[in-house]
Amino acid sequence: MHEASAAEAIVKMTSAEAMARKAGRVSRISLVVGEATGYMRESLEFYVAASAKGTVAEGAALDVRYVKPLLSCPACGIEFERLRFSFDCPACGTQGIMTKAGSEFYIDFIELA
Amino acid sequence: MRVELKRAVYEENDALAGEINRGLRERGIFTVNVLGSPGAGKTSLITRLAERLAPDALSVIEGDVASDIDTRALRALGIDAFQIETGGDCHLNAPMIKAILGRMRLSDGSWLFIENIGNLICPAEFVIGEDLKIVVASAAEGSDKPYKYPTAFSRSAACVLTKGDLAQAVGFDEGFFMAGLASVAPNAPVFPVNGRTGAGADALALWLREARDALTARSAAADHGRA
Repeated sequence: MHEASAAEAIVKMTSAEAMARKAGRVSRISLVVGEATGYMRESLEFYVAASAKGTVAEGAALDVRYVKPLLSCPACGIEFERLRFSFDCPACGTQGIMTKAGSEFYIDFIELA
Repeated sequence: MRVELKRAVYEENDALAGEINRGLRERGIFTVNVLGSPGAGKTSLITRLAERLAPDALSVIEGDVASDIDTRALRALGIDAFQIETGGDCHLNAPMIKAILGRMRLSDGSWLFIENIGNLICPAEFVIGEDLKIVVASAAEGSDKPYKYPTAFSRSAACVLTKGDLAQAVGFDEGFFMAGLASVAPNAPVFPVNGRTGAGADALALWLREARDALTARSAAADHGRA
């Protein structure tokens, strides 16, 4: 369910863009998704395909580029990917702070045909 | 033809949420979006806060997938509560809030609590017109929640820890929970609250009043700046 409303928004936005540019159809949709958001590729594909039925986005290829969540270390300043159940800096062991990287959820580009 | 969009998937929701928030702000209504798992104690917490924020007027929007049990419970206590049944949707969104606000009569200068669907995933992704989010986590859920659902915690201005009296029985590791929270939400204060007795709720009510007053002061300064 998590992906259903996102898929509807994606189809609506990309279809509107295709219509505004008088394109016949949307052939590709490229998304950028931060892993911290929890949007699954398979579910996005399923729901986007379902939402796109009967629209100019029907049959569009869907690319999903994931972005790893990064933490920053307040002690040594490096940015690092977290391990499961740990936010500790791999270099010095200090507990890291979550950055904005990993919370992205946007349409990067589309291809129209 | 390639078209660079670089547009947030939820931009339409976010724009509507901004409009809702401006409308509420103009009337001095402070809006709190309450996140938490099913059974974390969101409704009990709102009840305890209603007691403490009185005599200010307070209204509640209850979001549930199905049933109006919580709304009826709040109304039985004399709290002005309205129900949104999403019929399966796992979160509230701005259009749902706009629709229900049209049916509510809020007093100027009042409090509006929106109890989101019990879920730590999707509700975190949506702004719905609130001034701030708070996340309610119970000891019974376990101490790993900030690690498993970082977004719900990182987007919340405060964390309420409920059912602390069960901590020992369920093996809740408070140190582990707090360490996780410090990473994902380093600026969020933690308020231990007992939803049944209300112990701890005074501090949270005070913090909310301060948050509201600070926002009112910032809005006034911004208005002054524009004048």
